[in-house]
Amino acid sequence: METLFGIAVDGVAYGMILFIISVGLSVTLGLMRVVNLAHGAFAMVGGYVASYAAQSFGLPYAGALVVAVLLTVLATLPLESLLYRRIYGHANELSQVLLTIGLTFVIVASVNYLFGPSLKRIPLPELLQGTVALGPKSIPTHRAFVIVAGAVTLLGLWWLLERTDFGIRLRAAVDDPAMAAALGIRTERLYMATFALGTGLAALGGVLGAELLPLEPYYAIRYIVLFLAVVAVGGAGSVFGSAAAALALGITDTAGKYLIPNFGEFFFYAALILILFRWPQGFFKGKTA
Amino acid sequence: MTTTLRKALLGAVFATALGAGAADAATIKVGVIAPFSGPFAMFGQTFKEGIAVYQAVHGKTVGADTVEFVFKDLDQANPAQSKALAQELIVKEKVSFLAGFAFTPDAMAVAPLIDEANIPAVIFNAATSAITEKSPRFVRSSFTLWQNTVPLANHVAKLGVKKAITAVSDYGPGIDGEAAFKATFEKAGGAVVDTIRMPLKSTDFAPFMQRIKDSGAEAVYAFLPAGPTTLAFAKAFADNGLKEKGIQFFGPGDITQEPDLPALGDAVLGMTTSFHYSQAHESAANKSFLAKYKELFGSSDNATFTSVGAYDGVHLIYTMLAKTGGKSDGLKAVEAVKGLSWESPRGPVTIDPDSRHIRQTIYLRTVERVNGKLQNTEKDAFPAQPDFGYKLGK
Repeated sequence: METLFGIAVDGVAYGMILFIISVGLSVTLGLMRVVNLAHGAFAMVGGYVASYAAQSFGLPYAGALVVAVLLTVLATLPLESLLYRRIYGHANELSQVLLTIGLTFVIVASVNYLFGPSLKRIPLPELLQGTVALGPKSIPTHRAFVIVAGAVTLLGLWWLLERTDFGIRLRAAVDDPAMAAALGIRTERLYMATFALGTGLAALGGVLGAELLPLEPYYAIRYIVLFLAVVAVGGAGSVFGSAAAALALGITDTAGKYLIPNFGEFFFYAALILILFRWPQGFFKGKTA
Repeated sequence: MTTTLRKALLGAVFATALGAGAADAATIKVGVIAPFSGPFAMFGQTFKEGIAVYQAVHGKTVGADTVEFVFKDLDQANPAQSKALAQELIVKEKVSFLAGFAFTPDAMAVAPLIDEANIPAVIFNAATSAITEKSPRFVRSSFTLWQNTVPLANHVAKLGVKKAITAVSDYGPGIDGEAAFKATFEKAGGAVVDTIRMPLKSTDFAPFMQRIKDSGAEAVYAFLPAGPTTLAFAKAFADNGLKEKGIQFFGPGDITQEPDLPALGDAVLGMTTSFHYSQAHESAANKSFLAKYKELFGSSDNATFTSVGAYDGVHLIYTMLAKTGGKSDGLKAVEAVKGLSWESPRGPVTIDPDSRHIRQTIYLRTVERVNGKLQNTEKDAFPAQPDFGYKLGK
């Protein structure tokens, strides 16, 4: 019983971290229909900015987090108008993949050149160190914090996309850009804002997830499969789907590694295959935001 | 027309023949194959730095010959590519030595080539015992998992630990480490209750920690290659309450290599590892090594076991050159360094005549904070440890 509880807690914690680093991709891939393979690179840039801000300027964790998100959004917005704007839409999938993977390589090389190949860290504040006890099981405080941050992000995004004017316009612009434009919706601005939202979330995930996925220049490529798996299983564009997928994969992976460690990553990919076999479009394709 | 052409050709042939004969002071090329880009670029960078430090101290010439290093990038373990690069170096660059090799498969792959070309290959890192068995032209200046693990396992047994568990990365060196620990620890009267092999690409280590916790072991032996996963592993160890439960951590020093220490932070404070080099090693040789490092690169914070592996590797190459007068006979060159002893920044070392592996002191170290900086402080030393895994077979 205690073991089951332990697996559940660790699984949920891992799942929430997967969610928070993948949800930005769910926004760009699902809502904007851009296969953004540079998502991991944006997350990494966010992490490096936070690390640099905290270590060289002594900013506190919260400050470094805000600075990282803002600077990453500011740095990537020109990319939207220069590059991404040209590849929106279903017809451009190959160009999307080529462009964003190229962008990833450029970012990886630049980060390697500027910061070197060694690991970087974002120092945690006193408050997030140590562990919290949940009944018989204790988990790192930082993970508990990520679970809460994940839940807040989930609710915030749901509210933004389902309950605000912005969300309605955005969904209209995605479904039928020409019609939306004819009705007076400024789709260009809308896309820019959504792109900013996506990269902001990527940076947030990069910073919050840095304890589990350590920052180094190859971060951008190393973990992209993980992000894509979560979004594919969740159903592109569905925030709740991404959360469900991240939790399912997190719990499966944790249980597999605990019970039969020698099988390694087997359970993660087996779950991926089975879920996609049953729901090829992912859990929540098109049902909700 | 034909005669002029023939004369010109003959002239050219004589000119080259004479030119080649007159070249007493040659340039000796050393081909270095290592990761200089990509996720393991730290290996290449520290190799390069180790070589540069050696050349800054001992000059770029041996006798009348100038030694020149040619670097080839192999961004990850890829035996086929390693072989292709070695071939290119031998045929096109006409190198007299091969060197480098971060990973076991890359080193193994060049064995037939160095035998055919009869040139020595000096291994700066790759740490599986079996490598030097593959060719008599391999010499290794790094370490093996067996070499680091056997004294550690004996130490753990001496501490009175009865039950231990192993957790290693699931690949060649990890399995070497597991085998070495199990064999030594059980011989010393302990029991290994479980052996966990973790995938190289693991990101979340919480489930493994839970399993270690539930196994009832008093100590864990863990090996992961230096790099990003060690951070997540060390954090998971600190955060999952294993220390509080009294489970002691032991492992080879890859996990606390110097360039990663600032990032690992307090999570590794107090961890005990066994290794052949620590930046904090107290000796005149190490002090001058680090001083030169700092002079050349502004900081010696990255000086670690791979930099010393390269530094000593170059020492081997220089000695081979000096003793054979630059004649290109690989076997004779290797013969020249068999039994060679010298004082390395890591301590006294000897090339074992049988295994052609470096015999050295293995230190027991604990991570401590000294003057605000984390370091591996040496607590105990086991002198002249050979490669226990040589010819043990698999």
